[in-house]
Amino acid sequence: MADKIQFELVSPAKLLVSSKVDMVVVPGSEGDFGAMALHAPMITTVRPGVIDIHDGGKVSSSIFVAGGFAEVNEERITVLAEEAIPVNELTAEMAEARKKTAKEALDDAGNERDKAHALRLALVAEAMAAAVA
Amino acid sequence: MASLKDLRMKIVSVKSTRKITSAMKMVAASKLRRAQTAAEAARPFAERMERMLGTLAASLAGQSGAPRMLTGTGADKVHLLVAVTADRGLCGGFNSSIVRATKAMAADLLKQGKIVKIMPVGRKAREQLRRDYGQYMIEGFEQLGRKGIVFAEADQVASQISAMFEAEEFDVCTVVYNKFKSAIAQEVTRQQVIPFPVPEQAAKSDTGPKAIYEFEPSEEEILAEILPRNLATQMFRALLESQASEQGARMTAMDNATRNAGDMINALAIKYNRSRQAQITKELIEIISGAEAL
Repeated sequence: MADKIQFELVSPAKLLVSSKVDMVVVPGSEGDFGAMALHAPMITTVRPGVIDIHDGGKVSSSIFVAGGFAEVNEERITVLAEEAIPVNELTAEMAEARKKTAKEALDDAGNERDKAHALRLALVAEAMAAAVA
Repeated sequence: MASLKDLRMKIVSVKSTRKITSAMKMVAASKLRRAQTAAEAARPFAERMERMLGTLAASLAGQSGAPRMLTGTGADKVHLLVAVTADRGLCGGFNSSIVRATKAMAADLLKQGKIVKIMPVGRKAREQLRRDYGQYMIEGFEQLGRKGIVFAEADQVASQISAMFEAEEFDVCTVVYNKFKSAIAQEVTRQQVIPFPVPEQAAKSDTGPKAIYEFEPSEEEILAEILPRNLATQMFRALLESQASEQGARMTAMDNATRNAGDMINALAIKYNRSRQAQITKELIEIISGAEAL
């Protein structure tokens, strides 16, 4: 087994996670990918979904992110997420509430921009519901 | 000369003013600590965002088709100034230094024949800029960060700006805000956010010959996603810095006010005691000379 990879999860408000782990599975916009040490350098967008942190042969924690960006290189993976919530803190009600706001936003959307924004909210809500289930 | 009663009333009033200013100082001090922590906690995100952008921009350098938010519209005609102030006063020169800097910039640009638009963020910016630059003013934001700045608020401001940019309502966007240096010092900062100046250092240090990044999806698509995000991040940082500066400025201003009130109370107390003494002496003289006359 190669060395561990430095995983950093940053939200605008603070540095959420910074630890050395075996592998991180990230929901990239073009498919999930696992990042281990010595991964080829890469920058990708992240779609709303769950980041699994693998350590010591099992998934040590799972975190829901509402989209963002990831930068991977040989020794480090940095995920910039606008919103990140540990999966075990998510509830079905939260997802439901999100779905409702997204629907309302879509109904209220007057122009293309608002519509795109509402659709994104809906996407996040759906991913959240999937993460709960 | 003021009567004893007047003096007494004046002392009472200055004392109650001092109570208020010292309470405001204490509130500002505790808010400052919170704002400062928030500003520091937000730094890693901005740093990493900058690094990522640097890498992206460097790999895209020289190619055509880079998003306009990075390269600009090619024109330099319409300038949007975002003036970030507080909603409330009583914080020394905090608001007026921003207003002054914005005015100076606007005047300079107008002299060069450019078109200026001013977006006020914070009530004081709108109030103080309205008189001289009312006709350049566009809709702004108020009441941000009443319970501490959250990212969603910065996002709101940023999406307003990017919507305007997409509608080609301006070419260059500059944010004017107070940068937090220490509790007693703020620095008026003018930061250009559109077109985004590529951080040179980040671009250099992170794209050495060995670091050839893969991009998924393409560079252009990631950039198109990341640039509006970056704008929100920059706004978020400006708002946080401004918030911390505001509390710092208010703390200093209120500290001075408290001290001045104390000095004033001392001076008034001396005056009060003297006139009281003078009155007693006068009465004594009157009694004695009255007794002597008998």
